[in-house]
Amino acid sequence: MKRQKLIANIVRLSLYALVAAFFIWAIANSYFDYIFTQQGTFLILLRQHIVLVVVSSLLAILIAVPAGILVTRPKFRKAEWIFSNIANLGQTIPSLAVLALMISLLGIGFKTAVFALFIYSILPIFRNTVAGIDTIDENMIDAAKGMGMKPYQILFRIELPNSAYSILAGIRTAVVLNIGTAALAYVIGAGGLGVWIFTGINLFDNGFLISGAIPVTLLAILADYLLRKLEYVVVPEGARRTGKIED
Amino acid sequence: MISFKHVTKAYNEENIAVNDVDFTVEQGKIVVLLGPSGCGKTTLLRMVNRLESITDGEIIINGENSMDLDAIELRRKIGYVIQSNGLFPNMTIEENVMLVPDLLGWSKKEKRERFTYLMKLSGLDPEEYGKRFPYQLSGGQQQRIGVVRALAADPPVMLMDEPFGALDPIIREKIQDEFLQIQREVKKTILFVSHDIDEAIKMADKIVLLRDGEIMQFDTPSEMLAHPKNEFVSQFFGKDRAIKSLSLHTVKDLQGIIGLGEVDDSIQDTKTINVHQDLRNTLSMLMNQEADQVIVTDDEGERIGSITIDLVQKYLHFEIKGKLSVSQEG
Amino acid sequence: MERWLNFLEVNASRILELTVDHAILVTLAIVVALAIGIPLGIYLTTNEYLAGVVLQVASITLTIPSIALFGVMIPIFSLIGQGIGFLPAFVALVLYAQLPIIRNTYTAIKNVNPEMRDAAIGMGMKTHQRLWRVEIPNALPVIMAGIRTAVVLNIGIAVIAAYIGAGGLGVLITQGISRGDNYLIISGSIAVAILAIIADAFLLMIQKFFTNKGYSQVTAER
Repeated sequence: MKRQKLIANIVRLSLYALVAAFFIWAIANSYFDYIFTQQGTFLILLRQHIVLVVVSSLLAILIAVPAGILVTRPKFRKAEWIFSNIANLGQTIPSLAVLALMISLLGIGFKTAVFALFIYSILPIFRNTVAGIDTIDENMIDAAKGMGMKPYQILFRIELPNSAYSILAGIRTAVVLNIGTAALAYVIGAGGLGVWIFTGINLFDNGFLISGAIPVTLLAILADYLLRKLEYVVVPEGARRTGKIED
Repeated sequence: MISFKHVTKAYNEENIAVNDVDFTVEQGKIVVLLGPSGCGKTTLLRMVNRLESITDGEIIINGENSMDLDAIELRRKIGYVIQSNGLFPNMTIEENVMLVPDLLGWSKKEKRERFTYLMKLSGLDPEEYGKRFPYQLSGGQQQRIGVVRALAADPPVMLMDEPFGALDPIIREKIQDEFLQIQREVKKTILFVSHDIDEAIKMADKIVLLRDGEIMQFDTPSEMLAHPKNEFVSQFFGKDRAIKSLSLHTVKDLQGIIGLGEVDDSIQDTKTINVHQDLRNTLSMLMNQEADQVIVTDDEGERIGSITIDLVQKYLHFEIKGKLSVSQEG
Repeated sequence: MERWLNFLEVNASRILELTVDHAILVTLAIVVALAIGIPLGIYLTTNEYLAGVVLQVASITLTIPSIALFGVMIPIFSLIGQGIGFLPAFVALVLYAQLPIIRNTYTAIKNVNPEMRDAAIGMGMKTHQRLWRVEIPNALPVIMAGIRTAVVLNIGIAVIAAYIGAGGLGVLITQGISRGDNYLIISGSIAVAILAIIADAFLLMIQKFFTNKGYSQVTAER
């Protein structure tokens, strides 16, 4: 037992050391300097990045959650597999391709990027909404009906609270994915922190690479962390264990 | 009161789930729908609160045709308990139990009082359990809550679909006893589905024995055991149905017909049983030879006599075998 | 339609070549990821503390956007003169594949029916015998599911690796973007999608083969 703990702590500390070494190395080589010397540009890129993600994610939630609810209604049940297969197929299309294909539809620019990100993040949210509602025990719904609950009462009091965990996990997946995909928005001229990463690649400039890549990484990790916390607040205590579908 | 009037349910020409079923559950009584799996008992139950449609015939609930009522209104007036309790994991126990009163728009105070009353009735501490979530309760406790929830809005009629089926035998028996205790107080009209013969004999005022959607016999448990109407009924209850029927009689019944034995004070190794104990348990106690003498006591604990295997056998002969042999001859 | 035929006539061999490159890059990364992930996953079942640390780190790694990870890899690998090209892309893909592989190996072996494990101990099997004869065979379907997730994930990420000169089908898409050529973009995307679907179906077949052969169904965690 003691030895196991020791090994775990050694590994943990070595990883911390590795991360620390990376940052010391990067700072020593002034790789973060652009963030300060070109602070104005950095803030603009950061804001563009966040706006891209927030707008597209909100739109995706507004479409995907109601759509997921709709296809799980009895009337549409039979059509559910069609939507699920489309959703699964859609996820095999590379994010870069979705961005690129939107150019021919909407031209280059910010709106195109928002639309592409929106399309791409519908899938995980839709899938998790459907999965969350589908995994609710049939007996529970039967009991609810037998107690005289109306369909909308069953939806809002039983189905949504008990699938909240899964739905929020889908939203989290989508947002984290979006932060990464938004870094590719540069290629269709929509700005964001990806601008510096691509500049770094094109110019072999480590400073631009690190100054772009690290903030994007931190943004993703932070969003993931905050949304996990949100799950804890929003999901009713009793439903936390039943709703677990995806980590 | 629930009356089934020539009720039929057919999915198509060949597939008939319930065929011309006709019987009545009297006010305040428990009728158990019994039969092998696939006999249509659950379908029949679910037709009452219209979770299943009716093809032909009608179901009258307290004077009203179920089809004339709004399905939602109807269901709120009927308590419904299912095997896997169907508690909602996202709600606390109190929220679960008070859901129907909440839907009916009861005030906070009314709900609080009702919850406290019901929990006390079923021997659970309302303070301790109210704020907990279903997953924090044992299977037996969850099932008790399932029953309490069905009673919440004080519905005159209850439907119970194998409510204790998922519990282990010891807990099941305990909860059955508790439920009968509650029923003596609340006197609901209950339709109860079971596939367990012992449970049916214990819980039922009357049993409906079903096969392939048709009623084989509708009778009190003792009549059904003593006078099975046909080969299916007698086979369903098995060769030991005489012994099974003993659980419907108590030591008190035996005392009334043939009297108890004398207490022999010289025997040291004794055990006592209550006069209201059923004869099946008494017999198994006697057969296990747990003591040299078994003494019967009344409710005050006074010794009123002793009992032996011979006496039980005699009683069986007079009271049950007698009837059985008559039916066989007839 | 005719334009498409013309396009394919000119580019078919190149598309096929890039598809093969893409598949090779992903296959190599997965092989290395398996060589690390499976033994590690098995070892983690014997050390709860370490399991906590490793799974957490792996799950954080998976949240790092791919282009950002490439961005960090390039300066690091330029220290050994490998800044742009195959190596940083390859290492990044290995890292991304770790979480699904380690997690599924770990949970699959953890979830092997404890009664079965007891029976094995009761029959006098040694730890390594138990692992090879009982635990790993029964955990295979879930481990396969993890590998599937990793492969499909990697096929998508490898597209972006084209920007750092790792080749593969991403080349068609990036060229299509810079030239404004939709034929390149669409053909590249479809090729990637088909590759992912075929890989997924093939691995699913293997997974079913293991599952059908009477191996116990350990509850899968994707």
